[in-house]
Amino acid sequence: MTQPINTWFVEHLGDCDIHSIWLNDHRPEHMPCLEIRRLDWAHAACEARRLGMRLVALWGAEAGCHDRDAHAMYAYMAFAHPEHRHTLLRTPLAAENPELPSISGHYIAACRMERHMQDMFGIHITDIPDPRPWIKHEHWPREAYPLRVDFDARPPLLAEAHGDYDYVRSGSEGVYEIPVGPVHAGIIEPGHFRFLAVGEHILNMEERLGYVHKGIERAMQSKSAEEGLKVASRISGDSTVAHAWAFAQACEYAGQIDVPRRASFIRAILCERERIANHIGDIGAVCNDAAFAFMLHQMHRLREDMARLHLELFGHRLLMNTLIPGGVLVDLGERAIGLLREQTLAIANEVEHLRAIYADHPSIQGRVIGSGMVPVEDAQDIGLLGYVGRASGHYPDERIEEAYAPYDELEVNVPQGKLGDVATRVWVRFEEIAESSRLISELLEKMPEGPIVANWLPPEPGVSGFAAIEGWRGEIAAWVRFGEGGQIDRCFVRDPSVINWLGLELAVREVPVPDFPLNNKSFNCSYSGNDL
Amino acid sequence: MLGILRQITRIGTITEPLAASDQFKVMGKRLESVIRNHFAGSLTIRAVDAGSCNGCELEIHATNNAYYDIERFGIHFTASPRFADMLLVTGPVSVNMRKALEMTYNATSDPKLVVAMGDCAVNCGVFGRDNYAIAGAVSDIIPVDVVIHGCPPTPTDIIRGILAAAEMR
Repeated sequence: MTQPINTWFVEHLGDCDIHSIWLNDHRPEHMPCLEIRRLDWAHAACEARRLGMRLVALWGAEAGCHDRDAHAMYAYMAFAHPEHRHTLLRTPLAAENPELPSISGHYIAACRMERHMQDMFGIHITDIPDPRPWIKHEHWPREAYPLRVDFDARPPLLAEAHGDYDYVRSGSEGVYEIPVGPVHAGIIEPGHFRFLAVGEHILNMEERLGYVHKGIERAMQSKSAEEGLKVASRISGDSTVAHAWAFAQACEYAGQIDVPRRASFIRAILCERERIANHIGDIGAVCNDAAFAFMLHQMHRLREDMARLHLELFGHRLLMNTLIPGGVLVDLGERAIGLLREQTLAIANEVEHLRAIYADHPSIQGRVIGSGMVPVEDAQDIGLLGYVGRASGHYPDERIEEAYAPYDELEVNVPQGKLGDVATRVWVRFEEIAESSRLISELLEKMPEGPIVANWLPPEPGVSGFAAIEGWRGEIAAWVRFGEGGQIDRCFVRDPSVINWLGLELAVREVPVPDFPLNNKSFNCSYSGNDL
Repeated sequence: MLGILRQITRIGTITEPLAASDQFKVMGKRLESVIRNHFAGSLTIRAVDAGSCNGCELEIHATNNAYYDIERFGIHFTASPRFADMLLVTGPVSVNMRKALEMTYNATSDPKLVVAMGDCAVNCGVFGRDNYAIAGAVSDIIPVDVVIHGCPPTPTDIIRGILAAAEMR
């Protein structure tokens, strides 16, 4: 279970004269946190890029009572290397008029996270290519910084302000705008899309998100790990297991709790089941958006079968409330193992059968092949995650790279697509259903005996933990710092959608407007996970 | 094409007969009669996510799957509030969605029935009222006729809540 200390990035930083301090109150040691000087911030990002690391997340946090300067603010960034795992960097900021140089020039995906920091903390990001507010919409007073400790978190919010969001526009004659949302046509989450179109084709699509911002980072503060886990399970209701796992693992790393192997096996079974259920639902929805309703109804039938078994075995159709800090809540008996094995296999077989029908229909194939391509270079540039990355030649998978238990004793095969169109994204999902089904069989087969929960003891105040879990959408990164009495002091979670939303904007350029829904479903990014 | 037909015949009708459970049987009959008598056979719903985590949306989708087949009672989901008899609202109302929810409510035609679905919509759920980003529960923003508890509510609970609201007409 114990991993070697990871000094790879520290050594590289030292080689280019970036002085760093190893933080002893951060865990785990194989994903260390280093403090660097603020003037080295952009340089460090540049070096990370040069070393082929991808940007995992960028966030802010106020100092805790245990820090040298309790009024300081910190900026954090996390990078990952396929072979050398994650390293976190942080730098202190001035309490008055905090400033930070932008790293968007090195990592395009940083920009929205920088805008988030700007909105929430009032950290002025110098040279940011896009200074517009992100989560704070027009009616928010500019001077209200909800994640600062002196902000009065109680509603109602201060007086309403007014203003307009400065969308990308075109002055050209013949270019027309289509505003869509926030209340979308279907039964989906709210967000706004602004299309610039010429004739049938999309010239540019701009996303405006933040509508479902629920103040999760602030809501986590002063909660126990158990209570925090309930909120984490609802960061994105469709990825409840993966988010709960990422949060729990960050807490467990911080508290140096060894999760029993049986518990990690059960977590993985739940997580892979969640992956299958969501892929099934999305494949059906992609087909439905091309008027192939047969697939939708067949796939949703399978999804319902899974939900019913989840209710029977785990007490919840979507698997909420199944994880607790230190382990899982429900054990699997002989009968449950048998039912899970049987149903997973049956569903994988049904999906293969339906896949043949899907592949055999030119009417659907004509819509998905070649639509919404994201080239390999762009996917790597953005750092696209999960099935979206895998369809475009970028294959980060934490089950392999971070190889957390129980994946350390399993071989995970990641489908490697290249074309990056809707058809490839659907292909990757079909492949992942088959692979997850195989993994579940193996997990059920190898299930170790023993307890399903370790005694949860929170760490001493000031200790932080970081975890990266491969959810069905891709890598979820969670960072938690504990305060007095085992309460959560600060928390940040990066849903893979934060990064993958950028891919969608790119994919739909030059796509006919009616093919947008197909593309959108093939990405199926989370709004709630993005907005926090 | 043959593949599709073969699959359809193989699976057959899986929609659960109303007789499957006594509760569903009573509910289905009442739904059919209230929709026939008060909504000319068709009850149209606009679903609004006012801040949900997407869990409730998954369960609304499930009411449309072949097992529950909510359409058999004459219930449809529509894209425009102008065509809607009922709003099915999920989530704690976020500060950023408040205006959109009010506009949707104002655009809805009479009888403007409102069902607040899920614990968040009912009482802000795990996200809490004491939260800068949340404007309140749905009833703090627009008039609510019926609430459906659950996190998220099951498809059967959702159908039951819709029935309760329709009967208020």
